[in-house]
Amino acid sequence: MEDCFSRQKLFAPIGEKGQVKLSQKHVFILGAGALGTANAEQLVRAGVGQITIADRDYVDWSNLQRQQLYAEEDARNAVPKAIAAKKRLNAIHSGATIHEVVGDMGVEELHEIIPEVDLIIDATDNFETRMKVNDIAQFYKKTWIYGACVGSYGLSFTVVPEKTPCLHCLLGVLPSEGATCDTAGIISPAVQMVVAHQVTEAMKVLVGDYEALRSKIVSFDLWKNEFSSVDVSSLKKGACPSCGEIQQYPYLKEDSQTKTTVLCGRDTVQIRPMETMKRDLEVLNRILLRTSGEVKKTPYVLMYQQGPYRLVFFQDGRVLVHGTKDVGKAKSLYNQCVG
Amino acid sequence: MTIQVNGKQIDLPQSVNHISDLLNHYNLQSNQVIVELNQAIVDQKLHADTQIQNGDQVELVHFVGGG
Repeated sequence: MEDCFSRQKLFAPIGEKGQVKLSQKHVFILGAGALGTANAEQLVRAGVGQITIADRDYVDWSNLQRQQLYAEEDARNAVPKAIAAKKRLNAIHSGATIHEVVGDMGVEELHEIIPEVDLIIDATDNFETRMKVNDIAQFYKKTWIYGACVGSYGLSFTVVPEKTPCLHCLLGVLPSEGATCDTAGIISPAVQMVVAHQVTEAMKVLVGDYEALRSKIVSFDLWKNEFSSVDVSSLKKGACPSCGEIQQYPYLKEDSQTKTTVLCGRDTVQIRPMETMKRDLEVLNRILLRTSGEVKKTPYVLMYQQGPYRLVFFQDGRVLVHGTKDVGKAKSLYNQCVG
Repeated sequence: MTIQVNGKQIDLPQSVNHISDLLNHYNLQSNQVIVELNQAIVDQKLHADTQIQNGDQVELVHFVGGG
């Protein structure tokens, strides 16, 4: 096989040995949006052996401005992000093994995946999931790399269990979502800057160079020309319920999970049935064809347009309701379709 | 007064005297921000009582959810 990694092996802190280590590692990327696709592409190009990438959403036109693994065809066909990502990653480097997961990452799913992986990359778009990731990472003693961005601002922090403070230490109470991509927008360079920090920290962890880790929280605003790096080690709390002396993992308790979520970056509500189920899209297709709305079926999803609202049904039972941020409105539209 | 925020010189209006004023000035909520004043982190509970002075160096890291 051709050697794709010669230039990386010339980089002394990685070298031949580091390259072998990278090929033996398994990284979990939670989220296949802007941060997730950029992390995935760089890690695959770097020669990481296995990647598991999970996302509950499908590709939308508004993603193409910054979600680098996707193209127009994926948006046209509403391909689930994890599937579209896998296809592109395989084309970039066939030697990497990509596991795709289409669906929500609840506590149960995280318990299945996390023991198998060496490192977790946070590429989610909300605090609720991040707190879950924070707890599960402490539970299995895995390093995870927080990354987030909005507008031209971004930040990153590497959480090493038993060493650094965790996200719970830093945040205390869960913030109500502040600015999101919905309200403030996002430019692609802000994504790439966060990812540059995440991937470099990931490489250090994967080759075992823990000394080189940044250990500070880094943040920047590319438009305002601001940069900051803050030592937060003094914020590690002995009484932290996630990483302190008595660990209770509050976010892993069944079940703090909400059944509806407003998605970042879109006028969209996700509805998840209480029980996991498999939805027969063919049957639903026949039912909805009898209504006044417009129905379109792809191999992965069923789309239903009714006035200004669009409902997208997935096989795993989830439904995305576009055209509203109002959970009540979304539920009533959902109930009109599936009763 | 002039202080440095995230590496940038900033002229503050006279009404800004404490860390909590500064956060208001930037439209930031206390529980979403880590504040470092002259290289020492300021406890969240002390934001309202901690004065800022001309020439201070402040780092503000605020958490966001997007990605």
